[in-house]
Amino acid sequence: MSQSAAPAVRFAQVTRRFGAFTAVDSVSFDVADGEFFSMLGPSGSGKTTCLRLIAGFEQPTSGEVFVHGRPMAGVPPFQRDVNTVFQDYALFPHMSVWENVAYGLMVRGVAKAERRRQAEAMLDLVKLGAFADRKPGQLSGGQRQRVALARALVLKPRVLLLDEPLGALDLKLREAMQVELKALQRQVGITFVYVTHDQGEALAMSDRIAVFSHGRIEQIGAPRDVYERPATAFVADFVGASNVVDAATAERLTGRAAAFSIRPERIRLLAAGAAAPEGWVVAEGRVAEALFLGAATRLGIEAAGGHLAALVPNAEGAPPPPPGSPVRLAFDPRHAHSLEAAPLAAAAE
Amino acid sequence: MSAVAAEFAPPRRPGLLDRLSVRLHMQPRLLLALLLVPPVLWLGVIYLGSLFALLLNSFYSIDEFSGLVVPEFTLSTYGELVRPSNLDIVLRTVAMAACVSVASAFIAFPIAYYMARYAGPRAKAAYYLAIMLPLWSSYLVKVYAWKLILAKEGVVTWVANALGLGWLLDGVLALPVVGGPSLSSAYLGTFVVFVYIWLPYMILPVQAALERVPRSVVEAAGDLGAPPGLAFRTVILPLAIPGVVAGSIFTFSLTLGDYIVPQIIGSSRPFLGTVVLQLQGTAGNIPLAAAFTVVPILIMGVYLTLAKRMGAFDAL
Repeated sequence: MSQSAAPAVRFAQVTRRFGAFTAVDSVSFDVADGEFFSMLGPSGSGKTTCLRLIAGFEQPTSGEVFVHGRPMAGVPPFQRDVNTVFQDYALFPHMSVWENVAYGLMVRGVAKAERRRQAEAMLDLVKLGAFADRKPGQLSGGQRQRVALARALVLKPRVLLLDEPLGALDLKLREAMQVELKALQRQVGITFVYVTHDQGEALAMSDRIAVFSHGRIEQIGAPRDVYERPATAFVADFVGASNVVDAATAERLTGRAAAFSIRPERIRLLAAGAAAPEGWVVAEGRVAEALFLGAATRLGIEAAGGHLAALVPNAEGAPPPPPGSPVRLAFDPRHAHSLEAAPLAAAAE
Repeated sequence: MSAVAAEFAPPRRPGLLDRLSVRLHMQPRLLLALLLVPPVLWLGVIYLGSLFALLLNSFYSIDEFSGLVVPEFTLSTYGELVRPSNLDIVLRTVAMAACVSVASAFIAFPIAYYMARYAGPRAKAAYYLAIMLPLWSSYLVKVYAWKLILAKEGVVTWVANALGLGWLLDGVLALPVVGGPSLSSAYLGTFVVFVYIWLPYMILPVQAALERVPRSVVEAAGDLGAPPGLAFRTVILPLAIPGVVAGSIFTFSLTLGDYIVPQIIGSSRPFLGTVVLQLQGTAGNIPLAAAFTVVPILIMGVYLTLAKRMGAFDAL
């Protein structure tokens, strides 16, 4: 599929400073051709600046950005073979929907009839064919978002940049659009570089995720890797809920003073008198609080001088233990991820 | 301790003001009526009322012998208005207003663009101050100051001679129509002073319009392949046009109605404003003066209709 062996996007030791503030701090990564690559992180972590560096709205203070092997230094945005879906959609309010979509074609000098034809085909793809002659102001947020997508895709860019495109939508619409976006990406086969602060979104859609914090990448990996094997306490905490257990509590639980993280859904409650499977860590505790979430209940448990969250499925006819009741919890040490050099599971074996 | 006591004190008996507050809170329509009656009276009776009284006068005529207004409906005053000498005045004023508006737009746009897109908070405050400052001093003082600046023995001539550019000034003044014996007695002088006086009214709306264009929209144009010039023509300019139109409404209508600048600076040929002043003052011909004031109202009506039809307000 790819014409060259070069990655779609390459960051080589890229740093971007704004005055005394370092927004991106010597970041390096490659995005493969055709990949759905997410940059995940809290606001101010540098992920949007990275996207703007690819688009050309920012220039690196040092380091280099390559798009399909071509160095981007000195190349202005209008000469880059990438297109952006903006967070606020940035539609042209004085143009109709089809004129918005056809804008890039107009710039390239495509004849009007052909522009209209291509714009309508692209609007059909995002299921907005009936809205071609409306103004953006007459559309809902979700529809505007799809116009922005169509406007960028109609130019058939080799890399599509998406800056929190679903951030302004409500939950149901966001979930529907996640499915649509992922399907669309497979259909058009374009590299997607996707910026989001929503870890659920990143996990659901991406081939790989880069987790950003304070201008640096904490971890890059497939969603499953990042979720199951967080490299740092920050990743464990930011991607999905996680118990970060400090060294002192860890020593009381496992006998080893090594900080680790464990997902709440990996912590089981043992019925009275039941034995834990071979090799599991068992601890006595007391329920501090219980949050009913529908499919599951989230329990806060005081155990071994620490606080652990456990996610317990709500089985029919078996209510979770109320606050104050004593419980026995257990977890498989292989599900605990050391936040230090040596893996915990190896030590427990 | 007293604060604690106050907190637990029994509610005091509602006074007159309390009861009034409750009444107004429960009846929002009453509150609205109380708030709106004074301005509506002012706008409706004093402002629009006097305007209509004026327009009514334009349908009366004046008795040629006694010089008294005859309060009978007639179109003869309007017949007088469309005489060639009067149409000349209308044409002269409209041409001046159009030139002033276009020149103001061209001078204002770069300033407004810089303020909206590049200036930091401090620079922006300085610009606002610089633009508003001339509005704080008396209009008459400014016009008379300009007379001194533009006079034959004035600052401009002196500077031009000192720079060895006297020939250029003489050349400009030798131009037909716009030229004259000196800048202060040429159309060019009138034009310069009008542009100076109305420029702030053009800068501020253009700046406001440009400020409302999100940065991302401009970036999107570049992202879609438009070089800066094309992005400016297809995105920034169309979105700034409502501001330019708003500014030109000020510059155009203020120039149409002004009667001081053309009297003090320029060729002393009559403009709409000066004619109205003469007719209702020295000549005492209120009906014709009223008919003359209808002209700028009609022109502005046509101008706004055209602007709307051309889509100038679509981006609002």
